[in-house]
Amino acid sequence: MEVRIAHLYPTLMNIYADRGNIITLVQQCRWRGIDVRVDEFGLGEVPDWKAYDFFYLGGGQDREQQLVCRDLALKGAGLEEAIEQGAVLRSVCGGYQLLRNYYRTAAGETMDGIGLFKAHTVAGDRRCIGNVIVESEIGGRHLTLVGFENHSGKTYLDAGQQPLGRVISGFGNNAEDGSEGIVYRNAIGTYMHGPLLPKNAGLTDYVLEESLKHHHGSTAQLPPLEHSFEDAAHQAAIRITRGR
Amino acid sequence: MKNNIQESAAAMMAKVALAKAVAAATGRVGHGGTTLPGRVARTFDRDLVGRLSRRLAHGAVVVSATNGKTTTCAMIAGIMQGTGMKVVRNREGANLTAGIASALLKDSSLAGRPRSEIGLFEVDEAVFPEVSMQSQPRIVLLMNLFRDQLDRYGELEHIAELWRKAVGELSDTTTTVLNADDPLVAELAALRPGKTLCYGVEDISAGGLVMQHASDSKYCSCGSPFDYEVAFIGHMGIYSCPACKRRRPSPTVYAEKIRLDGMRGSSFTLVTPDDSIEVTLALPGLYNIYNALGAAACCYSLDIPLKQIQTGLEAFSAAFGRVERFSIQDKPVCLLLVKNPAGFNEVVRTLMIEPGRKSLLIALNDKIADGRDISWIWDVDLEMLAGSVHSAVCSGTRAEEMAMRLKYAGLGEESLSAKQDLRKALKEALDRTPEGETLFVLPTYTAMLALRQLIHEHFKTDRELGDLVWK
Repeated sequence: MEVRIAHLYPTLMNIYADRGNIITLVQQCRWRGIDVRVDEFGLGEVPDWKAYDFFYLGGGQDREQQLVCRDLALKGAGLEEAIEQGAVLRSVCGGYQLLRNYYRTAAGETMDGIGLFKAHTVAGDRRCIGNVIVESEIGGRHLTLVGFENHSGKTYLDAGQQPLGRVISGFGNNAEDGSEGIVYRNAIGTYMHGPLLPKNAGLTDYVLEESLKHHHGSTAQLPPLEHSFEDAAHQAAIRITRGR
Repeated sequence: MKNNIQESAAAMMAKVALAKAVAAATGRVGHGGTTLPGRVARTFDRDLVGRLSRRLAHGAVVVSATNGKTTTCAMIAGIMQGTGMKVVRNREGANLTAGIASALLKDSSLAGRPRSEIGLFEVDEAVFPEVSMQSQPRIVLLMNLFRDQLDRYGELEHIAELWRKAVGELSDTTTTVLNADDPLVAELAALRPGKTLCYGVEDISAGGLVMQHASDSKYCSCGSPFDYEVAFIGHMGIYSCPACKRRRPSPTVYAEKIRLDGMRGSSFTLVTPDDSIEVTLALPGLYNIYNALGAAACCYSLDIPLKQIQTGLEAFSAAFGRVERFSIQDKPVCLLLVKNPAGFNEVVRTLMIEPGRKSLLIALNDKIADGRDISWIWDVDLEMLAGSVHSAVCSGTRAEEMAMRLKYAGLGEESLSAKQDLRKALKEALDRTPEGETLFVLPTYTAMLALRQLIHEHFKTDRELGDLVWK
């Protein structure tokens, strides 16, 4: 079995150690006996969209995000088509922002996203920082996710859009409506940044299983993996978040 | 509040006396230094740092960086004291404005006259603008900007912007000493033509062509990626921009002929426009050569002779908790602080020079002083350790995440364990360290403080840890 990963803008969009997620996917594939290939795409480099099962777009600083915003406008259609065909995507923070309809800065300027996610973001006046716990229903799985968020933008989903989950502890999309992230087909956007996959084994299972199905068809099954280290890290993060 | 500098002696005396009374009443607090007297005094005199530091005969030196400021300040202090200069400085952990005010108060007579001749202030990156504006320093030493505790400070570019603004507003009498090898720091030179001295590493063999993952500033301010002839640590190296043709400034003070000798130390040739001299450091790693270079460039700007700079650097052991060697129950222990990806990478790189399979205790805390967001451990190139570790006991509030990170770095699960309790973890790590081998202890900041306390109270060591702090 095989999974192909496209890491978009790995040097520009890696502010919170996003590469931890790629390390996790690669190692888990190896341990499960799945062949895995990761290709990186920077500014001006366009992937063969049909060749990849999983796309990753991490978070960046303002300067880098502006560079990516211009470049992504040229890639938007290809990426959207891939998602319609069942490819998996995870985007985080700045990456999440760039895939939405638009972002409005504090000065009132509007930065257009590619509109994959039906949502918009406005600049907020305080930073939402801290550990976060989210209850999520995704791909028929009920998951408790734990991560860390750090953003000032406030995101509002259009009516009828599905959030990634409901905030149990933390801020989420906008610190108002209790929603966190967004899911459209197999594309996920979230403010839970950095290495979310290693300590959320259920989400990693979902992402890998859908990637395998995209590659090999809907009957593909994910070989199981022992994950006591991952669960221990997950439980410790939950305890710390609840305790503060 | 009046703003005239010619404040009456009586008013100044009253303020200093009150603040000093607070200092006496509270005594020293915690492990670092106390900031309460400074905080109290500043509530009735916002310009206290300025008023007191302007009275120092040789002015003030302000040092800031993400990595190495404590070590570098300790080196500078050692060199200054070697020349007989009386130095007032803020202590570890008191690197906000109140900590500096406290240090100046403690050093002052009741009339507000300093006993010392020169001020040496280590300041937090985010506080540098405030302190530099208030103290009107004679020298500002800016060394590097890496990602560190983003949950506390916001993004790197935000700090860089604060620094650009602050450096642009420095008075004409201030000399800026900058690290040429860090693009975000070196670009500040353009704001201070004629009043800047740059330092850097000129030994290409000390670097690698592959950038480490902790690299932060890989893009020029014009938006184009830099070309690197060589990268030394993270994004620090010899770079140029292919688009706008910006280049790394040529350093005036630099290191060449670098030799790294594992945990035992390092040596290099220190070159200034006047002369050059061999320096042997008791500290490991290229990062400490950068610290020594920053200290040397700063002291060179103060007209301290090169021989005295060399003597001061060579006498230096290590700043609080950065590298300490001792033994517990006859087992050699080496304690190395890790606090962000760039620093952790350098510690790992230095460890890898040591022969044999390593025994480790890694203590990861997520308290405010450590940074509550622990994502950064995934940016450390821990993969370098795979195949070279005998055992790694993980501890601290996020012990389990650390153990998991090491599993993904390719360390065998049988070599790993996670115990949040530091005392149990230290005991297990000592037990797992084979006879004759060294236990390397790698804690984050608050874990380092807790470990020192724990060792002091419960473990028999060959010497008091406190004796190792300053030399």
